[in-house]
Amino acid sequence: MSRSIVVISAGLANPSSTRLLADQLATATDVALRSHGEAADVHVIELRELAHPLADHLLTGFPTGELAQAIEMVRKADGLVVVTPVFAASYSGLFKMFFEVLDKDLLRGKPVLLGATAGTARHSLVLEHAMRPLFSYLGAVTVPTAVFAATEDFGRAGSGDFAARIATAGRELAALVLGAPRVVPQDPFDNVTPFDQLLKG
Amino acid sequence: MQFGIFTVGDVTTDPTTGHTPSEHERIKNTVAIAKKAEEVGLDVVAFGQHHNPPFAASSPTTTMAYVAAQTSKILLSTSTTLITTTDPVRIAEDYAQLQHLADGRIDLMLGRGNTGPVYPWFGKDIRDGIALAVENYALLRRLWDEDVVTWEGKFRTPLQGFTSTPRPLDGVPPFVWHGSIRSPEIAEQAAYYGDGFFSNHIFWPASHTKQMVALYRRRFEHYGHGTADQAIVGLGGQVYMAKSSQDAVREFRPYFDVAPVYGHGPSLEDFMEATPLTVGSPQQVIERTLGFRDYVGDYQRQLFLMDHAGLPLSTVLKQLDLLGSEVVPVLRKEFAALAGPDVPDAPTHESLLAARQSEAVAV
Repeated sequence: MSRSIVVISAGLANPSSTRLLADQLATATDVALRSHGEAADVHVIELRELAHPLADHLLTGFPTGELAQAIEMVRKADGLVVVTPVFAASYSGLFKMFFEVLDKDLLRGKPVLLGATAGTARHSLVLEHAMRPLFSYLGAVTVPTAVFAATEDFGRAGSGDFAARIATAGRELAALVLGAPRVVPQDPFDNVTPFDQLLKG
Repeated sequence: MQFGIFTVGDVTTDPTTGHTPSEHERIKNTVAIAKKAEEVGLDVVAFGQHHNPPFAASSPTTTMAYVAAQTSKILLSTSTTLITTTDPVRIAEDYAQLQHLADGRIDLMLGRGNTGPVYPWFGKDIRDGIALAVENYALLRRLWDEDVVTWEGKFRTPLQGFTSTPRPLDGVPPFVWHGSIRSPEIAEQAAYYGDGFFSNHIFWPASHTKQMVALYRRRFEHYGHGTADQAIVGLGGQVYMAKSSQDAVREFRPYFDVAPVYGHGPSLEDFMEATPLTVGSPQQVIERTLGFRDYVGDYQRQLFLMDHAGLPLSTVLKQLDLLGSEVVPVLRKEFAALAGPDVPDAPTHESLLAARQSEAVAV
């Protein structure tokens, strides 16, 4: 059986180190799921491609086209891998915009693995001081191990610690996904509150 | 089926000339637009209620009484009457008074209002929006349906042996529509009472309208008011027309690009695809509007937004000429040919009075 893992990358360049980290985290999750006889069905959302629809959504209040599809994908996801570059000491504005337009409670109870990239390791606490509080607020279940990648983590000798951290994070996300009930999207129009009950206040 | 226009009454600068109408000018223009709507053969004109700039429309019943005195056939309605922040006692009184003056040529559409700061000006809280709509409307119904009301609720002072005056014309309260974009509770409310449900429809994807109307129809039948396809549905629409679609787009784009609500956002083309907005030839408007029926079924009232975003009066009047001469006559014929045999018309004062009289005879 496969579990839907949706990767959300806010990297802007191509190739992007943010996307590179996101892919590694998704692969680690897939490896971990396979060790339990399951697999990850991975979908990648590149927020760069949604920049215009996101700005439109802020103004009009509804998602169009590919943004609507991306939100649907998140709604149905069993787990998320979310990775942002660090801009001005926090997640990027584009990254935050995506999570601002999701319906309230859409992420509630959903396992989320956090990742961030920056030019220097001095920004690494962005994971704990910015990203984790955001996802706590949204009601997501964050994976204990979050992964930060500075420029020096890519391709340097002795980066075994970094690879081990990615594997640990992937295992933890897989464990949460396997332990969580399958996502069954609810349609609020199917279960309307009867009017007698509304009248009672 | 009824065709008409609805307005919100915004005072907006014309981006092509820089002219900002005064409130006086805007209010008089609204009257001119309403009179023109009757002249070109439309059935309904609906007025907004707003309590904050840039709107000049805080007292719809005043405007409606003035327009009623200067017209003879067109039905006057609202878009919308704020059921949350207006005292239901005042709604009961104002609209009954208006019924008498207009000889029953009115109905009203209730809405909650989505401007947070307005609520506290009237002693209310936007977070109670649904609860206010539920309690206030339940009281409004009693004030119209019962001569003497003793009542206690959460949101206003209790009433002890109160009679709302004047009593509704011929003992028949105005027909009520409930308007909402995507709150299932309001579709449920309209269904519970067997009232009309109006989907704003414009500025939003059709999927919202489809979901809300389907819910309303299902629950209308559940509450025993008739079959789902006999429920009373109204839709908004937004159009700008010229003889050729290229001219329409060229003329409307400067208004679209900086319009309140959606301006500075999506392109005109994207917004036309995502929402019911149609900018094009009369034929394109006809085709698009007929298509609404595909996802809501047979419906009773189609209102178009024609006068917002700073469009000058002369332009709006020309648009109404096109609507009345080239679009609505075709829509009337086509919708009538498509409609199922058991689909009722929207209730009017006359039809409600006739229904009451035949009930009385049956008893």
